[in-house]
Amino acid sequence: MLVKSELPELVFIANPMKHVLKLLSLLVVISALWIGLLQASIIPQSHTWVLPIYFIVSLGCYGLLMVGVGLMRFPTCPQEALLLQQDIAEAKDFLKQKGVDVGSD
Amino acid sequence: MDAAKNKYSIIVPTYNERLNIALIVYLIFKHLPDEDFEIIVVDDGSPDGTQEIVKQLQKLYGEDRILLRPRAKKLGLGTAYIHGLKHASGNFVVIMDADLSHHPKYLPSFIKKQLETGASIVTGTRYVTGGGVHGWNLMRKLTSRGANVLAQTFLWPGVSDLTGSFRLYKKSVLEDVISSCVSKGYVFQMEMIVRASRKGYHIEEVPITFVDRVFGSSKLGGSEIVEYLKGLVYLMITT
Repeated sequence: MLVKSELPELVFIANPMKHVLKLLSLLVVISALWIGLLQASIIPQSHTWVLPIYFIVSLGCYGLLMVGVGLMRFPTCPQEALLLQQDIAEAKDFLKQKGVDVGSD
Repeated sequence: MDAAKNKYSIIVPTYNERLNIALIVYLIFKHLPDEDFEIIVVDDGSPDGTQEIVKQLQKLYGEDRILLRPRAKKLGLGTAYIHGLKHASGNFVVIMDADLSHHPKYLPSFIKKQLETGASIVTGTRYVTGGGVHGWNLMRKLTSRGANVLAQTFLWPGVSDLTGSFRLYKKSVLEDVISSCVSKGYVFQMEMIVRASRKGYHIEEVPITFVDRVFGSSKLGGSEIVEYLKGLVYLMITT
């Protein structure tokens, strides 16, 4: 029988990367790109230095935008409250007839 | 999977739901006329007589259709599901709230979705077209939306409604996922679906409507927000 201690690969498969590590890896890749840009000097260095700030601010704005848009488009269902009241009335009638106690809480 | 051979165990944890449990049982029977199912009521020693009502319902519908499996006192949702699971004889398990915020009329759509896609989990989502929420004010919607954007950005959960608790599981899948979850409260619901997603289980969503009738008595205060953020960080680190 295969045991995790005998096969290190099994440990790797059985313990996939935690999400925070995935995010950190992504951050490392982005940082590497940024450092690469700094050294390659395609964009003037003064601009490259502030790119991380632009990135964070854009992320924040995107987040706020998503919250705002989501809030505007938040799905509501006012008719459901009415339908529920009807269902409750129907249920109470039936159960009362059959001898189940449906007095209020 | 042969539809005729599926049995659905519906676990309903209750605490002081004397009236709602009767209504929900009626509605489940109304909306699942052709399915083989059982309702497992896990009552945590309700002082309002919920268990007496369940016994009356058992006389009406049959003790094989309604199982009363109570516990001595309030012990929490996660353990309620585990307790209910022990008595479940179906190959599928549905978990839902007893307060009628989850309407049994969506049960057929859960079942249909699962049969169509062969999914391991079908979760109800309030946040897509066709779904919705009633009874939330602007502040509540804002916190819900903010929480959702945070979760989507940092956790990539794979579902649109993370804290929802109206779900259909293959029984074996629920047993597997629940054994690795340790959180409490609604963070527990988040942990379940995220762990299932990480484990690679096939998850599908169906739109549901959610009528919040207890809003006002259960406020969303600062402590809930802190609890949520802590839960989010915990899930980022451990899943």
